[in-house]
Amino acid sequence: MRPILMKGHERPLTFLKYNREGDLLFSCAKDHTPTVWFADNGERLGTYRGHNGAVWSCDVSRDSIRLITGSADQSAKLWDVRTGHQLHTFNFDSPARSVDFSVGDKLAVITTDPFMGHTSAIHVKRIADDPDDQTSESVLVIKGPQGRINRAVWGPLNQTIISGGEDTIIRIWDSETGKLLNESDKEVSHKKNITSLAKSVDGSHFLTGSHDKSAKLWDTRTLTLIKTYTTERPVNAVAMSPLLDHVVLGGGQDASSVTTTDHRAGKFEAKFFDKILQEEIGGVKGHFGPINALAFNPDGKSFSSGGEDGYVRLHHFDPDYFNIKI
Amino acid sequence: MADVMLMKEIDDTAASLGIDLSQIDFDSIRLPPGEDFGIKSDDEDVYRDENLEFDSGFGNIIVVDNLPVVPREKFEKLEGVVRKIYSQISVIKDDGFWMPVDPETKKTLGYCFIEYNTPQEAELAKEKTHGYKLDRSHIFAVSMFDDFDRFMKVPDEWAPPEVKPYTPGENLQQWLTDDKARDQFVIRAGSDTEVLWNDARQLKADLVYKRAYWTESFVQWSPLGTYLATIHRQGAAIWGGGSTFNRLMRYAHPQVRLIDFSPGEKYLVTCSCHETSNPLDANRVVINFFDVRTGKVMRDFKGTTHDFPLGPGGLPKWPAFSWGGGKGDKYFARMGKNLISVYETETFSLIDKKSVRVENVMDFSWSPTDPILSLFVPELGGGNQPARVSLIQIPSKEELRQKNLFSVSDCKMYWQSNGDYLAVKVDRYTKTKKSTYTGFELFRIKERDIPIEVLELENKNDKIIAFAWEPKGHRFAVIHGEAPKLDISFYSMRGANNTGRISKLTTLKGKNANALFWSPAGRFIIFAGLKTQNGTLEFYNVDELETMASGEHFMCTDIEWDPTGRYVATSVTSVHEMENGFNIWSFNGKLLYRVMRDHFFQFLWRPRPPSFLSPEKEEEIAKNLKKYSKKYEAEDQDVSLLLSEQEREKRRMLKEEWDKWVSEWKRLHEEEKLARQLLRDGEASDEEEEYEAKEVEVEEVLSSHEEVLEYDQE
Repeated sequence: MRPILMKGHERPLTFLKYNREGDLLFSCAKDHTPTVWFADNGERLGTYRGHNGAVWSCDVSRDSIRLITGSADQSAKLWDVRTGHQLHTFNFDSPARSVDFSVGDKLAVITTDPFMGHTSAIHVKRIADDPDDQTSESVLVIKGPQGRINRAVWGPLNQTIISGGEDTIIRIWDSETGKLLNESDKEVSHKKNITSLAKSVDGSHFLTGSHDKSAKLWDTRTLTLIKTYTTERPVNAVAMSPLLDHVVLGGGQDASSVTTTDHRAGKFEAKFFDKILQEEIGGVKGHFGPINALAFNPDGKSFSSGGEDGYVRLHHFDPDYFNIKI
Repeated sequence: MADVMLMKEIDDTAASLGIDLSQIDFDSIRLPPGEDFGIKSDDEDVYRDENLEFDSGFGNIIVVDNLPVVPREKFEKLEGVVRKIYSQISVIKDDGFWMPVDPETKKTLGYCFIEYNTPQEAELAKEKTHGYKLDRSHIFAVSMFDDFDRFMKVPDEWAPPEVKPYTPGENLQQWLTDDKARDQFVIRAGSDTEVLWNDARQLKADLVYKRAYWTESFVQWSPLGTYLATIHRQGAAIWGGGSTFNRLMRYAHPQVRLIDFSPGEKYLVTCSCHETSNPLDANRVVINFFDVRTGKVMRDFKGTTHDFPLGPGGLPKWPAFSWGGGKGDKYFARMGKNLISVYETETFSLIDKKSVRVENVMDFSWSPTDPILSLFVPELGGGNQPARVSLIQIPSKEELRQKNLFSVSDCKMYWQSNGDYLAVKVDRYTKTKKSTYTGFELFRIKERDIPIEVLELENKNDKIIAFAWEPKGHRFAVIHGEAPKLDISFYSMRGANNTGRISKLTTLKGKNANALFWSPAGRFIIFAGLKTQNGTLEFYNVDELETMASGEHFMCTDIEWDPTGRYVATSVTSVHEMENGFNIWSFNGKLLYRVMRDHFFQFLWRPRPPSFLSPEKEEEIAKNLKKYSKKYEAEDQDVSLLLSEQEREKRRMLKEEWDKWVSEWKRLHEEEKLARQLLRDGEASDEEEEYEAKEVEVEEVLSSHEEVLEYDQE
C-alpha cells in the first residue's frame, strides 16, 4: 500500500516507538521536539516541548501514561503522554543517548555519552508512581565501556541490562550490582560501531545492527549468536516483526558522503530478511537519505521508518506480504 | 629530557680537573660514533639521525684497491684526487672516506674505504669506477664491502657439485583439468588476496586459496596463467602448483615496482626506480630480465629517467621493452632517440650488434604473432618529408611495406590478435590546420604485397572514442561522434559477400558508451559506459546484429571477460569508496551473482593457454554443438537438482534449530510468568506477548433502498 508520509520534523529522525496497543507512534528527531502521531492514519497528535537539543530516543510506559526521552541537552525528561506536561527532568554531565523502561515501569535505564572528560555511563533511575515523589538519584551507575553506548535495554525480569555501542561489544550487566556478567565473543561480534538494538516481544532474543553492514540475532540469556544478516550498507536501525519471522534492517551511506554521489548509490532501503533462513526477501524504498529509525507496530501489520530526510514513512502491509513464501 | 646537568656542576667538575672551560673550543670535540660517555644529548635530532645510520649497515661502503702507495707528505694530495673522482658520482657521506696508513712505514696501504648514503649509490660507484685507470700501473679494483665476506668463503679447492636426486615437479596446469571446466580468478580486497573458482552453476565463487599480505602492491598472472606473481620489497615471487599455491621462485630486485612477463612466460622483466641523494640528478632506473624457471638474471639495464621516460605515477613508462615474435619469446625491443633497439633472447644482445636507425621515430608496435614491427615517423621539415608508417621484418630488418601520409597530426596502431590485420588510426589536419579529422589505413598483413585500404567515416568530423578488433576475427568496432550522443559502427574486412573489401555492417546511433569489450571468442561485444557514465552495459551479438541484453553495474570501473568468453566480470575498484565489489554476468547479459568487498583493488581472470584444437576441429564442434552439449546439460540438471535438495535440507535444519530456540524461550517465559506479574504489581495479563492474528468478519450495510415491484396478477 502507499506509505503515509508524516512530515512534522525539521531535522533527521533518530528514533521511533509504538505504544503497547499500537495506536500511538512516538518519534524523536534532531529538532528538539518529540512528536506523537496516530499510528493508523499518521495524523499528528501533539509534541513534547522542553528539550533544548537533539532527542536521541524515547520509551513509553505500558499503560501509555508516561513518556521518557533522552536528549543531547544533557537531560532525560519524563512527560505526561496525554497533556504533554513535563513531569521531571534528570540532569547529567553529558548528552543522554538511550532510554528504556523496565518491566513494570518502575525503573529506567539511561545511557550518557562520553563528553568533556566524562566517560560514557549507564544510569539506572527509579521511577516513582507519583511524579511529585520523583527524585533524580541514580540507583546504579555503570562505567567501563569505551566510546558511546548507543543502546542499553533491560533483560528478562529486570535482572540484567544489555548494552551495545561504539566499542563493538555487547555486554550484559547485573542490574543490581553493576557487575559485568557476560560479553560477546570477539570472534563473532560486530566489527564496527553497534548502532541499534531491538528486543523481541517476549525479550528472549534481540537484534543488533552495526556499521559493519550486518545485523546479528542473539539469545538474551546466554548471549549466544544465533543468526547473522548481511547487507550492502551500514545498518543504522533494526526491527523485528512481532507477527512473522521477519527482520527489517535500515541504513545507508554515511549522511556526510551522500550528497557527493548519485541517489542510487545510497541504497536507502528498508530491507526485509527471513529471520530463520537469513535470506533477503524484499525492500521498501522511498527515503531520500539514510534510514535512522525503524519500528514495527505491535500487531505486525504495519511498520514505520524515520530517515535522515526528516520524514516518517508509515507503511501498512499489503495482504500479499502475509503470504510471502521463499 | 633526562639528566640535565647544571652549569654550576659542570664548572665545578672542570675546576676539579684543572680545565679552563673558556679555553676550549667545544666544536672541536668529536666523540666516537655511538658513544656518548653517559652524557645524553639534549638534541633529539641527533638520536633520530643515529637510528637512520644503523639501518643502512655496510651496504653503502665500497673498497677501492690498487691505489698508489704514498708517503705521509702526499697523503692529502691522493685523498683529494680520490675524493674528487668519487664525489662526482654522488655525495660521499661526512666522514665517509677512510684511507688506512701502515703504522710503521707511515705509508698508505694502497686501498681506501668510501661510504655513500645509499646502497644504490655505492653500487653505481662500483660500476662506474671499477677498472678506472688512474695511471698505467694503477687500475682501480672496486668492490662492495659486503662482498668481502662472500669472497672469503670461496673454498680453495674445486669440489664437484652435488647431484640432487630428481624430484618430479607439480603439475602447474592442474587448474585446467577441473572436471567442471571452471575458470579461476584472483581478487585483492583489503589486505587479503584470494584465488577463487567462478562456480557459475552454483551462482557463487568458490575459494581456492587465500592469504593475507600475499603481496605488497599488486598481483599479476603470467600470460598463460601458469604463475601468479607477487611484489615485495625484496623482489618479485611467482606462485603456482596443483591443489594449492606454493612459491615456485623468487627474483631478487630491491624495491621492484613494475613487472612484465614475456608472452610465452619464459622471462620476467622487473623494474625499480630509485631516487638519488642529489635532487638534481635524474632518478636511476634498474631493469632486470630473469629466466622464469631458473631465476637467473639474463640481462640487466641500468640507466636514468632520461633513458627510460616516465609514465604515469612517476614510474618509467611500462612495459619499457615490448615483446615480439609471437609465443617463442624470441625478440624484445625498445624505442630510443632516432632508433629502435631490437634484442634477441638467445644471447640477450642487440640483433647484428646494432639498433635499427629510424630518424624521429615516434611509436612502434609488434605484430602479436609474427616477428614484424610497425612503426610511425611523423612529418619532417615542415611537411617536405611526409609522415610514414612502415612494417619491418625482424631479424632481417627488411622493410616489408611503407605508406606515406600527408598532413598528419598523430597515428595510433592497432594489431588484430592473429596478426592478420593492422589498423592505423590517422589524425589529419584539415586544410586550415585548425582542426583534425580521422581516417583509418588498414593493412592486410597475410596477403601478397600487403595491400592497404583507406577507410573514412561517413561523417569525417566525428571523433574516435574507441576502437577494437574482434579477437581472432575479421571485424572491428568503432565508437565515434560527439559525447554524449555517440554512435557505434561495425566493419568487416571480408566485406558483406566475402568480396575482400572493407564494408560496414551496421551503425548503432545514440549509444551511451565509452568503451568496447569484445569477447575473447569473438562474436559478442559489450558496450560500456564506464566511470562518468555510471556503468551502463549493453551485451551485443555481432553475428545477428542485435542487442541481447542491457544491464547496469552502478559506478563500474573495470570489465574483464573470462578467457573462454563464457562469463564477464564487472568490478568497482577502490578508486572511490562506495559500491566496491564485483558482479559476474553470463556472456548474454544475465547477472549471475554479485560479491561486495570493501577496499576492492583488483580482479583478474586466470588466463588459459591457447587451445590445442585445430580450427577445423573447433568448427566441427561448433557445428555439432547439440550433440556435445547434451552431456553438459544433463550435468547442469543434476547439479540444480542436487542444489535444491541441499537447499531444502539446509532449510529444514535451520527451521529445526530455530524451533528448538523458540520452545526453550517459551518454557523460560512461562517459568518467569509469576515473577513478571509481581514486577507489574500483580497485573496478570501477559497477553501482550501472544499476539494472535484473528480473523474477524464484519458485515457492514453499505446502503439499502426499497423498490416496489409491480406484480401483475393475472
